[in-house]
Formats: sequence, C-alpha cells, structure tokens
Amino acid sequence: MTQHFATIEGVSRPLDTALSETVVRIVDLKRRFGQTPAVDGVSLTVRKGEVLGIIGRSGAGKSTLIRCLNGLEQPDSGQIFVEGREITGLSERELQPLRRRIGMIFQHFNLLSAKTVEENVALPLKIEGLPKSERLKRAAELLELVGLADKAKAYPAALSGGQKQRVGIARALAARPAVLLSDEATSALDPETTRSILALLKDINQKLGLTILLITHEMEVIRSIADRVAVIDAGRIVEEGPVWSTFADPRTEVTRSLLAGIRPQLPQAIVARLAGAGREAILRVDIAGEAVRRPLLQELATAVPSRFRLVHGGIDTIQGEPVGTLFLGVETASRGVAEVVEFLNARDARVEVLGYVTDNA
Amino acid sequence: MSQIMLELLLRSLWETVLMTAASGLISLVFGLPLGLALVATDRGGIAEHRWINGVLGALVNGFRSVPFIILLVALIPVTRLIVGTSIGTWAAIVPLAIAATPYYARIAEVSLREVDRGLIEAVRAMGGGRWAIIREVLVPEALPGIVAGFTVTLVTLVGASAMAGAIGAGGLGDLAIRYGYQRFETAVMVAVVAVLIVLVCGIQWIGDRLVTRLDRRA
Repeated sequence: MTQHFATIEGVSRPLDTALSETVVRIVDLKRRFGQTPAVDGVSLTVRKGEVLGIIGRSGAGKSTLIRCLNGLEQPDSGQIFVEGREITGLSERELQPLRRRIGMIFQHFNLLSAKTVEENVALPLKIEGLPKSERLKRAAELLELVGLADKAKAYPAALSGGQKQRVGIARALAARPAVLLSDEATSALDPETTRSILALLKDINQKLGLTILLITHEMEVIRSIADRVAVIDAGRIVEEGPVWSTFADPRTEVTRSLLAGIRPQLPQAIVARLAGAGREAILRVDIAGEAVRRPLLQELATAVPSRFRLVHGGIDTIQGEPVGTLFLGVETASRGVAEVVEFLNARDARVEVLGYVTDNA
Repeated sequence: MSQIMLELLLRSLWETVLMTAASGLISLVFGLPLGLALVATDRGGIAEHRWINGVLGALVNGFRSVPFIILLVALIPVTRLIVGTSIGTWAAIVPLAIAATPYYARIAEVSLREVDRGLIEAVRAMGGGRWAIIREVLVPEALPGIVAGFTVTLVTLVGASAMAGAIGAGGLGDLAIRYGYQRFETAVMVAVVAVLIVLVCGIQWIGDRLVTRLDRRA
C-alpha cells in the first residue's frame, strides 16, 4: 500500500491529482512523548465529503493524532497530506496559510470571552485580512446556518454549552475549510445537546459536502454521524471500516468493549449464572443486512427440532443498514446447539456460545 | 488650617498626582510589553526563548529586590542624564517609573499567564501568528487583570512617591514628614492622611469600575 502511494507521489508532487478525492492522507505517522509512543505508525485516508470517526479510549493517542493534522503537534516521523500538499516538516509560518484550509472545533469550545459571537466567528477572516464589512457579512451567514442569528451581539458567557459549540462550528467554517477537525466536540455536552450538535454537523456535511474528521470516545457519536470508523488503541489503528459493518462484526476486543454501551448486552442476572455446562446454552447471534431482513427465527424453528427462546436482543439501523444482536437460549438435549450454530452460520450470522444455564429463570 | 497651609496641601497633592500619573503611564508603556515578553519567551510560550527569558527575569528580579529608597539615590546619575537635574518632582519620576515598570511587568505577567491555552491553540489552528495571538487573545482576554494590576501599581506608586521627598520632589508624603512629623503639626498630618485616603480610594474605585465593565466572563 505504501509502495503504491510512493509511486503516485513520484509522478506528481505536490498536488497528486490521482488522489484528488482524498482530502487528508496520513502515512505511517509516529509521535512519542518521552518513552511512550502516543501515535505509533498510523496510516489513514479521509475521502472528500465523508465523515470519518476515530474512536479510542482516553490515552489511545487520538488527540495527538488529530492535533498533528493541523500542525499543532509535530510528528516525529511519517507524512500528512492535506489536499495533496504535505504539511509535515513545515515551519509555523508556512503552516499558517494551510491551517485556513482546516477548520477545528474543540471540546471546551475555546471561544474568546472578550469578543462578541459575531467577532468570534469573523476572527479567522480578520486574521486572513478580509475587510470588516465582508467579515461581518460572512459571520451573519454562518450564524444563520447554525441557528444563532439572534445572538450575534452577545458575548459567549451568555450562551449555553450547545450554543457555544454552534458558534465554534460557525467559526471553524468561516474560512471555507476543506476539512473540519472535531476534537471531542460533544464530550462536554449533555446527551440532548450532543444530539442536536451532531445533527447540525451531519446537516453541514450533507448540505455543504464538507469533509469531517472527528475523534471521540463515544460510540454513540460514531453511530449517529460517521460513515467510516477507525478504532485506535495504543497509538495504532486496530480496526477500520464502514460503521455498520464494524458495529455488526467488531473484530477486536477494544472495539467490542467500546461498543458495549450502545449494543444489546446479555442481562447481568443471566451473566451471573453462566456455567460450563447446563440444560440451556446461551448464544450471542450478531446479524446485519440481509440476515436481518429475512424471517431468520422462523426458518430456524422450522429447520431444527431443538426448542429455543429469545432471551434478549435488539435491532438498530446504522447508516440505513439493520444491525442486530440477539441472545438465544437453546436446550442442550440431543446435540441441538451444534445444529443451531451451523444453521445460523450458514445464513451470515455470527454465533458465539457464551455459556450454559440450568434453571431458565 | 491657614490659607498658606491649604495652598501647600494643594500643591503637594498636585505633585503626588503628577508623579503617580507620569511614572504609572511609563510603567504601563514599558511594563506591559515586558510582561508579554516574559510570558511569550517562557517554556511553552508563543516565542519560546530560554536565554532571553532568563535575562529578562533576572533583570526584573534585580530591580524588584532593591528597596525603593536605595534605588532613588542609586539612580541619580541616570536621572540627571534623562531630565538634566537630580532634584525635584520630575527628577523623582525617573526612579519611580524604573521601579514600577518591573513591578507592573510581573503583575501583567500573572494575568497573561492565566489566559486559557486552549484559546491560543484555537487562534493558531485558524492560521493566526504570534501577533494575532497577542492582539486577539492574550491582551483582550487578560485585559481585566491588566487593568486591575495597573490600579494596584498606581496605589503602590502613591505610597512610593512619599519617599521621593528625599530628593526634594515634594508631594504629600514629604509634606506630612516635614510639617506633620518634624514640626508636630498634627492637623497637617491628619489632613494629608485624609487626602491620601480619598486619592487611593478614588483610584481603586475607578479601576474596579473599569474592570467590571471590561470583564465579559460570566
């Protein structure tokens, strides 16, 4: 893969047209703090118009990664291309014009308290050197877009958290960036406000075709707006793919544990009674797409003689794709469990025997 | 109190106000950039420079550790060089300003240091350079503290100017010592103290009102 990139680069630098649909390209990025590697060889591509979510636990290196993208943090090695131009190794002064192509929103909003809302939104344009009338005109448009036109003259202290982040978004969009970086933008907000901010970001992504790269530790954020997800752990990308398929079939322990909060889980009362053997096997069945659309349980009941029951479960729609997790209790008499597993596996369901219970309370 | 005494009191008040205002203004003009330089060149600052930071810090500490009465006398050659004389109100303004500048620089430094680093980061992220950070973030965000610190400096200068009598600068402190203390004229002493209280309260009140008007945080 890296070899392939190198070839293309050799032909046309710095604007490699062959990858024109790529807005951000990261190649083998590394950054360590003392002995601890924060980012340990990350390669990623963000395509034009998509929302890429990077998720990881705290300390996984996601903050360092996103801060490298606009040069707030200098990587030790590796390359970053934004719109085909390499930004790694540039001086602070050389970075300045490029940063105007990259908007950023922050967990704690970072609005200037001494400036009004419209002055905050217009600030990137002031730095760019636009005349005042044009700045204020653009600020008014953006405040209209984020639904805060009536707060133009207010100071940030008079706004709620959600309103502050809307101002932050308006400010990040002022200079018409090619990509928006979101650094835990909803982590300081309550669930309801989080939903409204995510809806706004999704809306902007669709209306303006804006490319968004966000980092978060909440799967809920990924679920509601990301098209693709990359899971980062100990500075490495351990899993990457479309959100729905990653949700349906998480391949790493980290992903599974991050998903735990928003996917159906086996009730604790049953987990506590799981044993190595028993009258009933508890199965976890993960299904997505076609497997959800067909009458799977009815087919199962017809095909296998074993009695089974639905213990727990749920089906969710992610990016328009149904993704479900079901917990089945299957009677262990006459090797029924193996039959059930075989039948489900043949129909694209992922089955895992979690354990056995004896009394089906 | 006699007519002459009243005139003397008024003249002394004027001398104190002049010394405080002039040296205060000078300390603002030089102290604020000095404070900015201290913050900017510090570790992790916007223009990190260990060497310059060390020199500036040492200079500030050096001047601040010399008692004002000593500085007043020690700076006589400098004063003579700048204002042509080493005696009188204008001559006192030089040592007062030189003492107040590092004092105010430290106060301004504290306020500037308290500015949320996230704000500096936000402006860097939107393509702002050092100038933009100073003009749009550091100074405006620290302004309430900068003004409050300037108020403190002015009040300190009112007190320090009392010592300027030692080089014939006049002022309220000088009046109180020569008439109130050495000639046992209690009425003069009381009057001077009363005027000083009104003066200091007035400066503080104006400073506080300004800070309230400038502070947009919550």
